[in-house]
Amino acid sequence: MSTSTVTEQPAAPVAPVSRNGDRPLGGRFIGATANYIDERTSLSGFVKELGRKIFPDHWSFMLGEIALWAFVVVLLSGTFLTFFFQASMVETHYNGAYLPMRGIEMSAAMASTLEISFDLRGGLLVRQMHHWAALVFVAGIGVHMLRVFFTGAFRKPRELNWVIGFILFILAMGEGFTGYSLPDDVLSGNGLRIIDGMIKGIPIIGTWTSFLLFGGQFPGDAIVGRLYTLHILLLPAILVGLLVLHLMLMVINKHTQFAGAGRTNSVVVGYPMMPVYMSKMGGFLFITFGVIVLIASLFTINPIWNYGPYDPSPVSAGTQPDWYIGFADGALRLVPPGWEIVFLDRTWSFNIIVPLVVLGLFIVLVLIYPFIEAWVTGDKREHHIAQRPRNSATRTAIGAAGVTFYAVLWAAAASDIIATHFWLTMEGVIHTLQALLILGPVIAYFVTKRICIALQKKDREIALHGYESGRIVRLPGGEYIEVHQPVDDYERFKLADFDTYEPLVVRPNAKGQIPWHENLRASISRWFFEDRLTPVTQAELDAALAHQHHDLDHIAAEEDLEIQAAHERAGVPDAPHKPLDDGKHGEVPVRPSNVIVPEPEPGTKPPRNREKESDQ
Amino acid sequence: MAHEDDPLEHERASWKPSPGLAVAVTDPVHNPGLPPHRERMTDKDPASMKRAVRAIYTLFYLSIAGSIWAIAAYMLFPIESGRIVDIRNNNLFIGLGIAFALLAIGVGAIHWSKAVMSDREFVEPRHATRGRDTTREAAIKAFADADAESGFGRRAMVRNSLIAALVASVVPGVVLFRGLAPFNSPEKPHAGDPVYLLEHTMWKEGMRLAHDPSGEPIKAADLTLGSAVHVIPEALAEVSHSEGYLDEKAKALVLLVRLLPEQLTESEDRKEWSYNGIVAYSKVCTHVGCPVALYEQQTHHLLCPCHQSQFDVTDHAKVIFGPAARPLPQLPITVDDEGYLVARSDFLEPVGPSFWERH
Repeated sequence: MSTSTVTEQPAAPVAPVSRNGDRPLGGRFIGATANYIDERTSLSGFVKELGRKIFPDHWSFMLGEIALWAFVVVLLSGTFLTFFFQASMVETHYNGAYLPMRGIEMSAAMASTLEISFDLRGGLLVRQMHHWAALVFVAGIGVHMLRVFFTGAFRKPRELNWVIGFILFILAMGEGFTGYSLPDDVLSGNGLRIIDGMIKGIPIIGTWTSFLLFGGQFPGDAIVGRLYTLHILLLPAILVGLLVLHLMLMVINKHTQFAGAGRTNSVVVGYPMMPVYMSKMGGFLFITFGVIVLIASLFTINPIWNYGPYDPSPVSAGTQPDWYIGFADGALRLVPPGWEIVFLDRTWSFNIIVPLVVLGLFIVLVLIYPFIEAWVTGDKREHHIAQRPRNSATRTAIGAAGVTFYAVLWAAAASDIIATHFWLTMEGVIHTLQALLILGPVIAYFVTKRICIALQKKDREIALHGYESGRIVRLPGGEYIEVHQPVDDYERFKLADFDTYEPLVVRPNAKGQIPWHENLRASISRWFFEDRLTPVTQAELDAALAHQHHDLDHIAAEEDLEIQAAHERAGVPDAPHKPLDDGKHGEVPVRPSNVIVPEPEPGTKPPRNREKESDQ
Repeated sequence: MAHEDDPLEHERASWKPSPGLAVAVTDPVHNPGLPPHRERMTDKDPASMKRAVRAIYTLFYLSIAGSIWAIAAYMLFPIESGRIVDIRNNNLFIGLGIAFALLAIGVGAIHWSKAVMSDREFVEPRHATRGRDTTREAAIKAFADADAESGFGRRAMVRNSLIAALVASVVPGVVLFRGLAPFNSPEKPHAGDPVYLLEHTMWKEGMRLAHDPSGEPIKAADLTLGSAVHVIPEALAEVSHSEGYLDEKAKALVLLVRLLPEQLTESEDRKEWSYNGIVAYSKVCTHVGCPVALYEQQTHHLLCPCHQSQFDVTDHAKVIFGPAARPLPQLPITVDDEGYLVARSDFLEPVGPSFWERH
């Protein structure tokens, strides 16, 4: 336990390590303050626990941090905006600085958004920061989720944290949508119109849900105020609460790490919270913040002054929702015509119900995936190793299918843009995407699974027989072979050490029956684990290494003879077999031509290669 | 890791988690342990360390310069002229200053942690997440004692009535939310009836069709062949915003198209709904309600820009492509004595997206 050296140290605030005599760490004032606080809060225990907590290091562990820090930017910029935004649909006339909109009737929400943009120095910057940061926030959550999924980091004991994280993703989209609707411009109004239409299509509760949400008919004069309450109070409160829980569980469970020599399931290897991660994470906050500000200062987003206030009549072609709502909009677009019936004197809008149900199922499947996999494997152990995606071929393939499904829906949200930019027909694009929505995931599944298994085979090959060194050797028989060099022990351990499962073989229980769910589990486990490679064992490895050493020794001996013969033919039998190391050319291949031939005695003719060959 | 069932197994003598279907590897590959620590340039070369330290504090000082620049830009680039170029400069130069200040701090801090701080890795044992057996027993005992002392498990009547009361106490709070939407009132007899509101628009017999948004009435004779006109009811101009101007407009939007009368396919019962090849259709998409605002003159198709539903104006605005299921409702029109186009009645079916009670 290397950290024992750390924990044995008295915690800093209580009895700071004295460096020079009786002077406390950080000076008398800091020492006294720390003492004052600790005597009232027992903060030293907290510092002792967390101060030198070890976190493993990998670039992909940074993805969640992008989301975290983008959220901080969203909170800061959003708080600034609340001081100036008026969430009211009261009709007013804009009389701010921006000439083209002067005198136009609009809601107070729209007018105040214009004032933030044009009458408040730096206001546009903060507004754009807020919007860009929101986009980065959802994107950060998305890539973080993909990392967790593909490395199996959601396995026990982290299933609940996966669920919390996924709810955070949904909440982030909710925050995005409510925020998008606040300026009350044409775009946001049309977005709300679509939501209203979708809600109305929900059986039984749809009409009343829309009626209650909008406080009467669409658009009414209440929705902006209500969305504002959701946007700045209710959703952020839940979001912050769950975020804290998410991070607490991460600390309790400790972070996963990738397998490697010395990095096992029962240890964490990495750097301490203080000072390394404090500096790295803190630095990354500033980098995320800085990049968002840079984008906000260079690129316009949501120029509401070009769209004008909401009116039900105008609409512009080619408008897109914010990226994370795209998949839902795409799902609406892919429905074929005529999916609506009147049955039992009620309207069943399957053109709304089907996309909602499909998206709902997709979301639920992602949400409960950890539990499905845990049920199939029946594995109750704790897993702290982030798997390489290839080592869990079926899960990776399922993930690829899911990503493809999402991507097709996403592309569908831009179907009109695709059609106009690539000179395609609207109908052609939609029909292609409809077909892809069904076929794409299937193709992605099989291709990914085969690639994963092929990569596993490759890993096994490298672990047992070494990597291709790129060195071609001609054997005396005239055969050319490429020399395979063994990888080092640490590298080999990474390739060889992984967990695997085998399909369930059903057996009758005590009553002599096989319950249906065990049969189901057996078939799913067969689907998951039928195609698999068994991990390399030490015995296999030893045998392969022995064989490889034998081979390499043989090649080396052959090569030695070859070089010696060449040297003798060249008249320098005592020349070294390895090129002289001049300290500059470390990678010079061993070839006879590299040997430095001494100057011949004056008067004698130096032997030439051509002659030497004809002599033989 | 098939061979390691439980991290720190010795702590959990009573706990043997099942490996499930995991393949038990009897002969796992030996773990060679952590690779030896490799020194960085800054560890080996004092000059390199010096350079790194210099780079870090230079970045921090540059960050201060960026912040000062951002404050200066706030004052140097006023926006009060309202000119778009001033706003752009204000946004750009304040933003660049802040971005530079933040990025310099970030890059400096990360450089500090990567090049200067010790990069020696520590190994910390993982403890199983599950509590120790003694802890779990204590927790169970706490519940058991509380149960015994309160009779929570034993006195079913007390417990169940409490649970019922707690559930019931939430309901009034939920009921209060009915107030999100209005009730019927003597002044607005249908304000609380969403189905009635969805089924009626402000169109009625004799109401003139007017240009959107100017509100000028439209003469049939002024409509040229092939033209498409965005229409609102003439009376909409008298509705103020507080009286629901947008609500009425959102339902009453109409698109007027003039074709050759022989181009129109008209069913028997709708022969009277058009006038001289002029037809009026609701502009609210029957899918999710976007304005169906794009008219293709050559094909006589109406296209909804939101989800690309297409409607054939020559044939009852039937759906020919896209996710919409129903044709756009038609507004029956004729002309009045002065030659202005007027509605013959309200729409005969609800406009806009489908809803449950629609039939």
